[in-house]
Amino acid sequence: MFHDLFFSKTKGKAPKPCPIALSTRVRLARNLREFPFPGRAQSGQKKAVLSKCLEALEKVTDLKTSTSVELDELSELDRQILVERHLISLELSQSDESGGVVLSDDRSCSVMVNEEDHLRIQVLSNGLDFEKVWKLADSLDSGIESKLDYAFDQQLGFLTACPTNLGTGMRASVMMHLPGLVMSKNMDKVINAVNHLGIAVRGLFGEGSDASGSIFQISNQQTLGESETAILERLQVTLENIVHQERMAREKLLEDDGMRLVDKISRAVGSLKNCYLIQSSEAMDHLSLIRLAADFGFLPEKFRALADRMFIEVQPGHVQLSAGKPIEPGERDQLRAETLRKEFLRMPQLNLDPQVD
Amino acid sequence: MKCHHCESQATVHLTQIINGQMHKMDLCESCAQEKGVTNPDNLSIGSLLDNQPKFESSSASMTCESCGTTHQDFKKGGRLGCEACYHVFRPVLEPLLDGMHAGINHLGKIPSRSVERKTVVESEDALRKALQKAVEEENYEKAAELRDRLKKLQAQSSATT
Repeated sequence: MFHDLFFSKTKGKAPKPCPIALSTRVRLARNLREFPFPGRAQSGQKKAVLSKCLEALEKVTDLKTSTSVELDELSELDRQILVERHLISLELSQSDESGGVVLSDDRSCSVMVNEEDHLRIQVLSNGLDFEKVWKLADSLDSGIESKLDYAFDQQLGFLTACPTNLGTGMRASVMMHLPGLVMSKNMDKVINAVNHLGIAVRGLFGEGSDASGSIFQISNQQTLGESETAILERLQVTLENIVHQERMAREKLLEDDGMRLVDKISRAVGSLKNCYLIQSSEAMDHLSLIRLAADFGFLPEKFRALADRMFIEVQPGHVQLSAGKPIEPGERDQLRAETLRKEFLRMPQLNLDPQVD
Repeated sequence: MKCHHCESQATVHLTQIINGQMHKMDLCESCAQEKGVTNPDNLSIGSLLDNQPKFESSSASMTCESCGTTHQDFKKGGRLGCEACYHVFRPVLEPLLDGMHAGINHLGKIPSRSVERKTVVESEDALRKALQKAVEEENYEKAAELRDRLKKLQAQSSATT
């Protein structure tokens, strides 16, 4: 049964590099003792938490080269760009007072202040690499903990505003590109199967976002009752299984209805080269097919990297960033199309007989 | 009597005490089977009560004195207001955690400061007990020494927090 595949360990190791996984993230939720959580705090208390946290974060070794920003100082557009780069959450971007963020200069670490919890410590990396990301998040957390007193309970672990984050306070997630499972209409089955294992599947921008571009964020749902490493190991096994399912789905699509797939990819190439007005969700769906084509070897490798970069640059905030000012949606669609035409101008014909290594 | 989950006649009657509060539930044969009510030792009534709007108890009037969060707030928003809420709402929270997480005990990282804090608290307790005993025994010399040590320890712990 499809379902059973998610219970057994996959044989052997997942091949590296793993183009199906775009990025890995670990986020830790922490709160200070003696202050109500942000949702319940008075204005003065939130302010006190913000300055206390920013002062402490300044001294943390892992954040030696970093920038700290108070959300009040940022324009709407700046906030949107940080969200599109996954450096702050949508919730923090909408915070009305005393929100803050500290970003390491290499953009691998971000610590949000006064989001749902006092602190949201986040570490990001390319590809699938829980070991590296957890190690850095753990060290960053210990560095912060040496300066601030966390709300902690022997039985319940780190105390968080929402009981769904109790215990480790850890949410580990991987962004995955799963066009094979989407096209073969197997994504619902995957979502159901992994939900049974306490694993959640969301769209590109987390809760409530859609899955345009066939990009999904897959994360642990449970945070209490298991150690961090146990959670990560379990997630890793599931992710390797999803990668395996995605590979099989792609092979099957190619085998059963290869011409339709080639037609789809080729039309995506045509659209990107010839569009004059394009919305971000349509652009993402075309980019998804370009990425898939690069995975199949139909297009040179560098087009996967280009597609990955464009996934971010077609977002509304980034289009306005390139315009240098906030612009209306209609104008955005035009500018987005212009950028895509320019970037994909030199895209070659599909090579349908790639050398498989 | 009707089943808690469907309209059928209830034939299985459960009573369980969670954190000193008694919960009763009546189920029909098929719902009891479906919910796995076959081994009473492994059964948590909390998980059956989950999502049950009919469930009312004295918890309705619970309020956290520290931050003002009420049980109603928690039920509506799903969020607690502060550290103290976790003591106040523990009885209603614990049955929920069972269905929400892999377990109800933290097995992950322990912040080093919380360990230090705990040992400080523990030795403070021990000193206080020893002091009380010395006073009871009318050993005033020892009591004075213990009192000074306790004062010093308290000053240390307040300096670190």
